[in-house]
Amino acid sequence: MKSARRTLFEKLWDAHEIEDLGDGLGLIHIDRHLLHDLSGPFSLRALRERGLPLAHPELTFAVPDHGVATDPDRRDDSNPNSAKLLPLFRQSCADFGVTLFDLGDVRQGIVHVVGPELGISLPGTSVVCGDSHTCTQGALGALAWGIGSTEITQALATQALVIEKPRTMRVDFEGELPPGVGAKDLILHLIGRHGANGGTGYAVEFAGATVRALPMEGRMTLCNLAIEFGARFGLIAPDEQTFAFVESGPYAPKGEALARASADWRALASDEGARFDRTIAIDVSLLAPQITWGTSPEHVIGVGERVPEPAAGRDAATREAREAALDYMDLRPGAPIEGLAIQHVFIGSCSNSRLSDLAAAARVVRGRKVAEGVRAFVVPGSGLVKQQAEAEGLDRVFLDAGFEWREPGCSMCMSMNGDRVPAGERCVSTSNRNFVGRQGPGARTHLASPAMAAAAAIEGRICDVRRFENA
Amino acid sequence: MERLERVRGIAASLPVENVDTDTITPMHRILEGGDALVRYAFEPLRFHEDGSRNPDFPLDQPRYEGAKILIAGANFGCGSSRETAVWAVAGMGFRVLIAPSFGDIFFQNAFKNGMLPIVLPQGTVEHLARLADGAAFEVDLATQTIQAPDGRTTPFEVNAFRKQGLLRGADDLELVLDRAEAIRTFQARDRAARPWAWREPGS
Repeated sequence: MKSARRTLFEKLWDAHEIEDLGDGLGLIHIDRHLLHDLSGPFSLRALRERGLPLAHPELTFAVPDHGVATDPDRRDDSNPNSAKLLPLFRQSCADFGVTLFDLGDVRQGIVHVVGPELGISLPGTSVVCGDSHTCTQGALGALAWGIGSTEITQALATQALVIEKPRTMRVDFEGELPPGVGAKDLILHLIGRHGANGGTGYAVEFAGATVRALPMEGRMTLCNLAIEFGARFGLIAPDEQTFAFVESGPYAPKGEALARASADWRALASDEGARFDRTIAIDVSLLAPQITWGTSPEHVIGVGERVPEPAAGRDAATREAREAALDYMDLRPGAPIEGLAIQHVFIGSCSNSRLSDLAAAARVVRGRKVAEGVRAFVVPGSGLVKQQAEAEGLDRVFLDAGFEWREPGCSMCMSMNGDRVPAGERCVSTSNRNFVGRQGPGARTHLASPAMAAAAAIEGRICDVRRFENA
Repeated sequence: MERLERVRGIAASLPVENVDTDTITPMHRILEGGDALVRYAFEPLRFHEDGSRNPDFPLDQPRYEGAKILIAGANFGCGSSRETAVWAVAGMGFRVLIAPSFGDIFFQNAFKNGMLPIVLPQGTVEHLARLADGAAFEVDLATQTIQAPDGRTTPFEVNAFRKQGLLRGADDLELVLDRAEAIRTFQARDRAARPWAWREPGS
């Protein structure tokens, strides 16, 4: 018996459940399957090797992002990984009839930027991709989650997956955002307070007045880091802003189909009184800009705080992890995080590479110069984002300041394309993972918002963006 | 996929929380090919920056030679969806993982590769880890119990569907292919109910 009052997640689940398999599992229909250059070529090859058909090429889209070079005159052979993967990816997409947004196409970009932007991923759809940050797209009010390679092959062959139904959590952010504080700070703060496994086993709905006031891009940032909170699914109820955003996408439904869609989309909200397994409420009105000090997104503090002691009241495994993190990051407990010299700044990734992210960084950068000895990258999330940013003159702001203005891709978020931070050097990054070696072996990553990253580029050290007049 | 019924063997302890998928299989090893995934599994913990081995890395200790059970810290396998992380841990010989929690995607990927991840309370995991000094444990999936070297039996929970999959040595593909008719019926109904969610083939 389905409850009369359902959460948004339960509505999405029910709409896609082909069969209740019992034991908390459902056979779930897949509306959209997105492939990228790391997962795509191998999964399509696996399909062919197993003699399986691609069930629905028209519901499958492909875009290279993980391994692609980001320099202005990039080619397949700009780095060994893309030289290996791109020809294979292109060929397998052609063989199976999958639409590919290739290098040179303005629609190419990071898969989690491209899906929503082109109207491929829509409110009320189920979206899978062989990438953990697929939860980003839950910001549209979609059932979107990351899957491994076995599941990719299964989804390609059958358009369905056996999924364990997660518990439900609602996180309410309330209060007006202080100056210099944005979506990235909200989600990092949540992870810092409740742990990198605080959301494990849950589908997390982000709600509250603060979330409703966020631009689409900020909502995607929140959902993007749901997986860093441990949650496979993040989601936000769609509203007029969401509808306006998706309707402009070339693949979004038009005409009568759009009218039908709009009616369905307006029902995509948790019912009043719907029961969540867990709720968390956070008042954001006194929140400071956040920055990570360690090697897990939960190792995060306000920019005015000091690096914490690893031992205080913690179990052995936590202490071990925190001591190792301090050692790797070359930090002492009790030291202020502010003032720490940095050599790299990365503004980009599926967390923070959309137009309003770039605009927030540009406000800090305008009329200023990147500090000597700092290499600063801006990597727009897609060709379309890049085009819009250039139309607004943001590229000039960054270039005049001494930033590199690059081509779209995952770039320095995971350093698969050769964009990396050398061992022992420090980077303020708008990406989502400060794991050991993530930005290159020995690289030291401090996660922060685009505004904080921009400020660090100007000062050459970690600094409080609130001290910048026009931030 | 290899069946899993009963695993008897040494348990190795890696008492660190938040061991992420990038640590288990670093990006720069993923496309290297050969046995790089296994050879460089846990590379940042297992090797020094100069490439020399870290003699203190727990899983390389002689007393854990041939271990089949890994007792880990909370949030083991957090991070990316890369299934290479499961392949690497499996390639090291582990069939059973025990931790206070796992990364959600890693957890699901494990079952699809014939590996049993077991979630137990932190205190229980710590107790089992203290017993992991080279003596044999026995994990019985049918009875859902862990027999520790101190003679005590610890029961564990496992999803009944996933349990059957491991016992039979089958991932979900066969089951889903068997439901082709149910999928077609759902799709026909859904096309009528949500025409906007569908695209025409060749479009």
